[in-house]
Amino acid sequence: MTAFVIRRTLQAVLVLFLTALIVFLGVYAIGDPLEILLPGDATEAERAQVAASLGLDLPLPAQFARFLVDTLSGEFGRSFVYNRSTLDVIFQRFPATLELVVTALILSLVIGIPLGLWAGVKPKSAVDETIMTGSILGFSLPNFWQGMMLIMIFSVWLGWLPSTGRGETGEILGLRSSYATWDGIQHLILPAINLALAQIALVIRLTRIGVQETMPLDFIRFARARGLKERRILLVHVMKNILIPIVTVLGIEFGSLIAFAVVTETIFAWPGIGKLIIDSINALDRPVVVTYILFIVAMFIVINLVVDILYSLIDPRVRVRET
Amino acid sequence: MIVEQRSSGDGTLARAFQGIAASPKASLAAAVCLLLLLAALFAPVIARQNPYALTEIDFFDSRLPPMSESRDGMIYLLGTDTQGRDMFSAMLYGLRTSLAVGVTAGALALMLGAALGLIAAYLGGRWDAVIMRVVDLMLGFPTILVALMILVVFGQGTWKVILALVVVQWAYFARAVRGTALVEAKKDYVKAARCLGLSTPRILFRHILPNCLPPLIIIGTIQVASAIAAEATLSFLGIGLPITEPSLGLLIANGYQVLLAGLYWMSIYPGLLLLVLVFSINIVGDRLREVLNPRLAT
Repeated sequence: MTAFVIRRTLQAVLVLFLTALIVFLGVYAIGDPLEILLPGDATEAERAQVAASLGLDLPLPAQFARFLVDTLSGEFGRSFVYNRSTLDVIFQRFPATLELVVTALILSLVIGIPLGLWAGVKPKSAVDETIMTGSILGFSLPNFWQGMMLIMIFSVWLGWLPSTGRGETGEILGLRSSYATWDGIQHLILPAINLALAQIALVIRLTRIGVQETMPLDFIRFARARGLKERRILLVHVMKNILIPIVTVLGIEFGSLIAFAVVTETIFAWPGIGKLIIDSINALDRPVVVTYILFIVAMFIVINLVVDILYSLIDPRVRVRET
Repeated sequence: MIVEQRSSGDGTLARAFQGIAASPKASLAAAVCLLLLLAALFAPVIARQNPYALTEIDFFDSRLPPMSESRDGMIYLLGTDTQGRDMFSAMLYGLRTSLAVGVTAGALALMLGAALGLIAAYLGGRWDAVIMRVVDLMLGFPTILVALMILVVFGQGTWKVILALVVVQWAYFARAVRGTALVEAKKDYVKAARCLGLSTPRILFRHILPNCLPPLIIIGTIQVASAIAAEATLSFLGIGLPITEPSLGLLIANGYQVLLAGLYWMSIYPGLLLLVLVFSINIVGDRLREVLNPRLAT
């Protein structure tokens, strides 16, 4: 077990190192770092100062070493637009994204599981066909276009919900959140649904397959033989069996949702890190872009590592297969 | 004996075709795909104007709603955009670009993924371990993030978008081909081929690969849809295709600018076209999975 954890951790570090190398090569070696890391209207004095601080006169490997040391010590540079440390900018925006993603995950469970159960207990029926075709539609809907249609229908035509922005936030248990105000919740609804739709489709499919695989098993037959109601069998016995894979997949999907929030945040002008990265790309605020990439990749590597290790705890075969 | 085992790959296309024909839903979807493919191929013939030849568009016809009449008496079926371009023509050309990028990326990813998957399965050991570790790693990252990273690091452009899509998608093909090839490599026909002294590349590509066709067809179909959707998303975000080659995603992005002003047709119609395209391909892919290999995971 220890060997497995150590090997996986080393692999994770290697991946992070390679990502840093690629980003470094892209920004420092292929492009002109002065052009990339300085705003367009920088003066000669600023140029000279940054060139010296980056050690651009050093050979490339030495520059890379310096880049690594800076990154490891949390020195990601300053944003041109916000004139603050890039890491500060990202951490300030991160809670908004997190709020959106968590809401979307909850929505996908609350909507996806009942529909998946329904389709699962009636295989090949009209209900099953409709729900499954609907879930393919959910996968196929271009996320950005679907968001525009939500705005079009619910804000422009019906006027029920605000179209963009985050609205009022208040404090709950010391955290700033949209849940604290009615205005905040109203602003949250459309973006959260937009982010959740593809996820709902995924949960439906997972639940349906889980139900179909569990139903023929012996313990369900015994439960029936004991005279339990179908409803109880489905909601207690089957659910217990299929919830673990669903929650696992959603755990992994959590990271994807943070990445996918880029699209939703852009459309709904939601002030999270997804909108930040697109704004920064457009404003040529490259220090923020570089920091965002390293931040997200690091987060992903950590999530994957944790999932790997948890899996090997639950299922020792994973470890054996590795060696 | 050898002939019999090899023929399992040859019947795949027939089975796929029959499977689609047997389902009305899949047949309809396949017909829509074919229709859109033809529309894209013959876009210059069907479109009433070349939307990117400045001499053919009339600026005074801009922002016209669907079914309006142009100044020279032509009907704009789906209206015009902010520059007076016929939306119908622009969408045909956009479809052409979207399909070209999606299919190219899908095909390249298939070739790369299949080759690496075969190598991993056949050589095994260290090669297998390294290739599959990279596959796991790639599958752990969402499409949009990898594509974003590549486009930020290497800059933008059509071929860079295709590169980004290939980098994201090859892993799906590699994983599937490796799985199938591992099973195939143990069969007698491979042993026989080896006894005949055939070279490794020949065994891999002429004998094992044809038997890996079912998963390749299924994943290929789904990945083309996913490539088209991903390209549209990137173009919408302004980091995909250049403005000189407007795909459906870029048309939608342009329409988004005026959506809140009530000029809905500039974003709704290209979006619907994109949805119909991706949805139809996915329906076909779903049916292929049922017919060819029910146990294959997405």
